[in-house]
Amino acid sequence: MQTEQKAAPLSARMTYLDALVATQIEEMQRDDRVIMMAEDIAVYGSGDLVDKFGADRIWALPISEGSFTGVGIGAAVAGLRPIVDLSIASFAYLAADQIINQAAKLHFMTGGQVRVPIVFRLSMYYAESLAAQHSDRPYPLFMNVPGLKVVCPTSPADVKGLLKSSVRDDDPIVFFEDMKLWTSKGDVPTDPDYLVPLGKAEIRHSGRDVTIVAIGGAMRATLKAAEALAADGIGAEVIDPRTLKPLDTDTILASVARTGRLVIVENAHRCVSASSEIAAIVAEEAFDSLKKPIIRLTAPDSHVPFSPALEVLMYPQTDQIVSAVRRLL
Amino acid sequence: MSAQLRSMNGVLQREAYSRMLRIRRFEEEGTRLFIAGQIPGAYHSSIGQEAAIVGACLALRDSDAMTGTHRSHGHPIGKGAKLDALMAELMGKTTGICKGRGGSMHLADNSVGIVGESAIVGGGLPLATGVALAAKVRKSGHVCLCFFGDGAVNQGTFHESLNMASLWKLPVIYLCENNGYAITTSLAASHAQTDIAHRAGAYGMPGIKVDGQNVTEVYEATSAAVARARGGEGPTLIEAITYRFDEHNVGLIIPGQPYRSDAEITRYKTERDPIKLFRAELIEGGIDPSELESIETEVDRSVQQAIEFAETSPLPDAATLRDYLYAN
Repeated sequence: MQTEQKAAPLSARMTYLDALVATQIEEMQRDDRVIMMAEDIAVYGSGDLVDKFGADRIWALPISEGSFTGVGIGAAVAGLRPIVDLSIASFAYLAADQIINQAAKLHFMTGGQVRVPIVFRLSMYYAESLAAQHSDRPYPLFMNVPGLKVVCPTSPADVKGLLKSSVRDDDPIVFFEDMKLWTSKGDVPTDPDYLVPLGKAEIRHSGRDVTIVAIGGAMRATLKAAEALAADGIGAEVIDPRTLKPLDTDTILASVARTGRLVIVENAHRCVSASSEIAAIVAEEAFDSLKKPIIRLTAPDSHVPFSPALEVLMYPQTDQIVSAVRRLL
Repeated sequence: MSAQLRSMNGVLQREAYSRMLRIRRFEEEGTRLFIAGQIPGAYHSSIGQEAAIVGACLALRDSDAMTGTHRSHGHPIGKGAKLDALMAELMGKTTGICKGRGGSMHLADNSVGIVGESAIVGGGLPLATGVALAAKVRKSGHVCLCFFGDGAVNQGTFHESLNMASLWKLPVIYLCENNGYAITTSLAASHAQTDIAHRAGAYGMPGIKVDGQNVTEVYEATSAAVARARGGEGPTLIEAITYRFDEHNVGLIIPGQPYRSDAEITRYKTERDPIKLFRAELIEGGIDPSELESIETEVDRSVQQAIEFAETSPLPDAATLRDYLYAN
């Protein structure tokens, strides 16, 4: 008697945060060299991580960012594939010496003798009234460091595909997750080997009138703006770089060649930001395509204030994106 | 392991003498070549600190790992590295151990287990701790030897790393080459409590102070620490009291009042030279001087061969400027 085979679902609907947690577990199950290191992980890490994988693979850390980061790097050089969760992104400043002077430079400074396959997870907390020391988006600083790869996913599917590519990569990865997107839902492929290549942008919304590059949490307001513009017959091509280093400049330049107009939106500080770099590349390499000047929408070069009445003014909003596009038409 | 077993046998004694002398001759020739303009950058000589390095390295297996410091030349030689690629690295040649990307402060030779020579003071402490963590996770039976100086003890990484290593009983040996000065700053001027070994107690690990000019003493203390680490009992802090014969880097001119006296330097060079002391001890112990002379001849030959290799090696090609940035 034949039994009817039910096809496995090709995707599952889940949140950005669930995709992060599920992907880490999948990668730990796939490869026993993958270990996780984080403060409070034995309790906060879904409760049963230690039961599932044992204390030798789940390392609950003391508050020693300046060194546990380097412990992860040493473990990576010695053959493991650690995921070091630094939790709040501004804690990266405590760990920056080890990330920059060791992780980013060791392969180069040893003439390729050692490899550093490690993922640093950094959650960008902001717009939560946590004040400046707990509200930061420091990815532009790390874009300035040769030897690192900088990843910034905006969808649950990309969280899975990019985190898997990062864990399986042989170089140090700084993985910036945007906590404003944690609750956003999307279809995530169930394929345990679903990989999104590092250094490939994706077009999130099509249009022929203007190119909008949006980074991290700025994607939400940007997609709303693209919908509003579409309702008025204005086509915005929205690009998600997904990886900021290496940056997929080909996709951005090809889009600007089609539209002749460029708006870049991000929630990081304005000075020497990702948008500064993208604007410079387009100005250098596609100046003749541009019909209008490039517009950057960013947080001002000012610290994140505590009061919600002030913090709401920090980040580009949908209506500002819409009016920026209108100025270019 | 009994103290008896940890003592050096005759073979090991000859190896210790040979390795210390290899460091000494390599550094003497390197200094000469630096002054002659053949080695660029800043030259950090290990002369005077050979026993602290070699005594510790000889307590390891070849497969054990190690991290070091900006005073990096002695570490790979102590661990048994070939000299050719080290000298070529100092000259910035493409045949250098780091392909000309590291230089004097970064002579990391991974073929003898060196993970990195960090010129950020204290930077290697977390790395060594992580290598030991990997050894524990993978149950490899390896240990990691971590060299650092007295200056690094005042970095936060010292505190954080020793705490984690002891908390998790990691197989790591922290070996402080205490040469008395962080460039010009003495222990008395920078440590509220100058007994470095004593700090181990704060982390619940043994702290041992040894005469870093006595290779046998360093070897025995490190061997005990290695046995403890391999046995799953955790880390040990060893403070080897040693002395740097040259300036922080060769040719460094320090204005103002001298930070150490000429008499102090002379006393170390004449009375506390680790190689002279060990040579005398070996002869006292019955080794024929002619045997030591043949070691000396062989060391001279290998240093000269390294210089010839380095001098005749090509400089890196311009097209390789951005090589080794990423593994993939």
